[in-house]
Amino acid sequence: MNGDSACAEGAISAGCRFFAGYPITPASELAERMSERLPQVGGVCIQMEDELASMAAVLGASWAGLKAMTATSGPGFSLMMENLGLGVMLETPCVLVNIQRAGPSTGLPTMTGQGDMMQARWGSHGSYEIIALAPISPQDIFDLTILAFNLSEKYRVPVLIMADEVVGHMSEKVTMPTIAAKDLVERRRPKVKPGKYLPYKPDADLVPPMAVAGEGYHFHVTGLTHDERGYPVMTVEAHDRLVRRLVDKIRLNRHDIIKYKEFQVEDADIIVCAYGISVRIAQLAVRMAREEGIRAGLLQLITIWPFAEQRIRELSLQAKAFVVPEINYGQIVLEVERCAGDRARAILVPHMGGSVHSPQTILEAIREATQ
Amino acid sequence: MTLWRQPFDAAEKATKPGQIHIDKERCKGCDFCVDFCPTEALRMSVELSSKGYNFAVVDDESKCLACGFCELICPEFAITVSIPLDNNVA
Amino acid sequence: MTDTLNAKNHSIEKYLRQDRMPHIWCSGCGIGPAVSCFLRAIDRAEIDPNKIALVSGIGCTGRVAGYVKLDSFHTTHGRAIPFATGLKLAKPELKAVVFSGDGDLVAIGGNHLIHAARRNIDMTVICVNNFNYGMTGGQVGPTSPLEARTTTTPYGNFEPPFNLPYLASASGASYVARWTVLHLRELERAITEAMIKPGFSFIDVIAPCPPIYGRMNKMPLPMDSMHYYQEKTIIRHGADPKEADITLNGPILAGTFVDIERPTFQDQLNHISSKVNAQV
Repeated sequence: MNGDSACAEGAISAGCRFFAGYPITPASELAERMSERLPQVGGVCIQMEDELASMAAVLGASWAGLKAMTATSGPGFSLMMENLGLGVMLETPCVLVNIQRAGPSTGLPTMTGQGDMMQARWGSHGSYEIIALAPISPQDIFDLTILAFNLSEKYRVPVLIMADEVVGHMSEKVTMPTIAAKDLVERRRPKVKPGKYLPYKPDADLVPPMAVAGEGYHFHVTGLTHDERGYPVMTVEAHDRLVRRLVDKIRLNRHDIIKYKEFQVEDADIIVCAYGISVRIAQLAVRMAREEGIRAGLLQLITIWPFAEQRIRELSLQAKAFVVPEINYGQIVLEVERCAGDRARAILVPHMGGSVHSPQTILEAIREATQ
Repeated sequence: MTLWRQPFDAAEKATKPGQIHIDKERCKGCDFCVDFCPTEALRMSVELSSKGYNFAVVDDESKCLACGFCELICPEFAITVSIPLDNNVA
Repeated sequence: MTDTLNAKNHSIEKYLRQDRMPHIWCSGCGIGPAVSCFLRAIDRAEIDPNKIALVSGIGCTGRVAGYVKLDSFHTTHGRAIPFATGLKLAKPELKAVVFSGDGDLVAIGGNHLIHAARRNIDMTVICVNNFNYGMTGGQVGPTSPLEARTTTTPYGNFEPPFNLPYLASASGASYVARWTVLHLRELERAITEAMIKPGFSFIDVIAPCPPIYGRMNKMPLPMDSMHYYQEKTIIRHGADPKEADITLNGPILAGTFVDIERPTFQDQLNHISSKVNAQV
């Protein structure tokens, strides 16, 4: 099964029952799979007129109570940024999959890239925090899609799956276990009666319970700065309170959100820090470096945003350098550099896109890092 | 209006004046209700509301036929017209 | 009797967020009467208010969502229709109503409007058409008549406007009407009919914007626009919407133009989905 289809299956296993999308290479297979599968499980799949509408429809469906998802690639991702911001502001659980291709603009539509990593963090205007995950294989995208829905329902925030074309199009064996209901997170519903409900009064974890349309709560939600009632309030104080909470509900819960994997980092001097498809090439490069006697290790970033700052900071105390292979001209390396400070170097191994790194290129960067 | 001949059910169908309630703090003085009242039951005030608008006031409630057009046309949702209860009995 | 409103005796007060009154609209704005008609139409159409989802975009009319005591969504500029599409498809028992302005629905959201009409999504779109972008200070809009002065057409508008009833009907809407905010009994009835009508219904509500559009086009007082509607409106039910063009201070063709039966999106979807063998 290819990665796009595995993602669709993961979504259905996670309870996703609404998909709105617009055809785009290399994410179209995902929409095709959803259009086949959702009617079988009583869900709705609609092809909208563009990505602006797709993202808007996903938010609408989520407010009607369904778990909803859309999928796209670079050019469509840019269009979705508008309503991604609305999703953040209204605190709408949903999942947005970006099967990245090489940009800018139309770029290389059928070929891979990782150039949207910073757009994932900062793509919509204003201050906010977002959750983004990077899968490395069809199995991984299946698992991470379930995780994405869980995080999204738990924190009431859109969650991004930042895959790349290679992961989306490669076919590998995928094991799809039946997911028990206890392993699925559902958004918290209001415990109070209509009339007493304040749509944006948060619980202790800073996440407010969410009513859905049609249940008599008569709530109002707006993309304007609002108070706990959901009413627009155009003051500095209200804005401060709201933006702080939107950001802090992710920042203060980052230990629950951030996930990474490590290979042979215990004694490593040189740590390759990679995500997405590059992880699999980096694994090979690290093994080759070990054979040469270099104490190399690998840190796989599963959660890209919020960034695994603390772990990189800890590792910067032991490592001489981080080697960061990316299929772009330097994005996540900036974060690594920031966290490593002057304790360890951050060396970018760029690839402008269209294919993946050769292990040799990463190995050379590891060798260079030992100097 | 004087009719030269009375309909047989004139007494039964007679309109009794409605009661017009105007929230002067909502009124922004657009004049719609005054201008379009078919019986000229309303007028604009000379004094100003706390927001600085002349506001609609009832000039002669006995003229009101409770058609409710002022209530419908008011952009501020400031007017409500009620019909005294005994009117509904017939 | 001049006193504070008694909520109990105002027929639409129960549907207003009283804690948000007074609203932000200017004196003589046409949005208020349109909202009144809509709120009365809820009872007239006997729709359960708990099942209404009201979605607005951005702009003066975009603020409608914030004043009605219904499940109400104030979304992004132009995207009210696709947002409402998501709500409706995810929960078909909802009555989706989109209340927004001409700039929002027809310029930035024009593509969504025609596609929702083409799909015949069961949704009522109420477009308050005041011929300009009021919230941002009176710029030219997709419905500004030729020669109209706006802040971005100081010498007069040189772009032909959209004829909204024609646009909606050509795109496939099941119900299309136009009324001014002087024709309130008719407008209330039209909104009632539109909400009962299965499929995509569109109502073009011609409304004054006295302090901005009006001031620049020799109708500075709220009453000027109303008198214009009174003198220049021609009511012709069943008229060909092609003829509903509006020229500067010219005649306004009003009435119910389209009222047809067409399978809705949901009908078609259910028809096709019934062929799918349910699996898990």
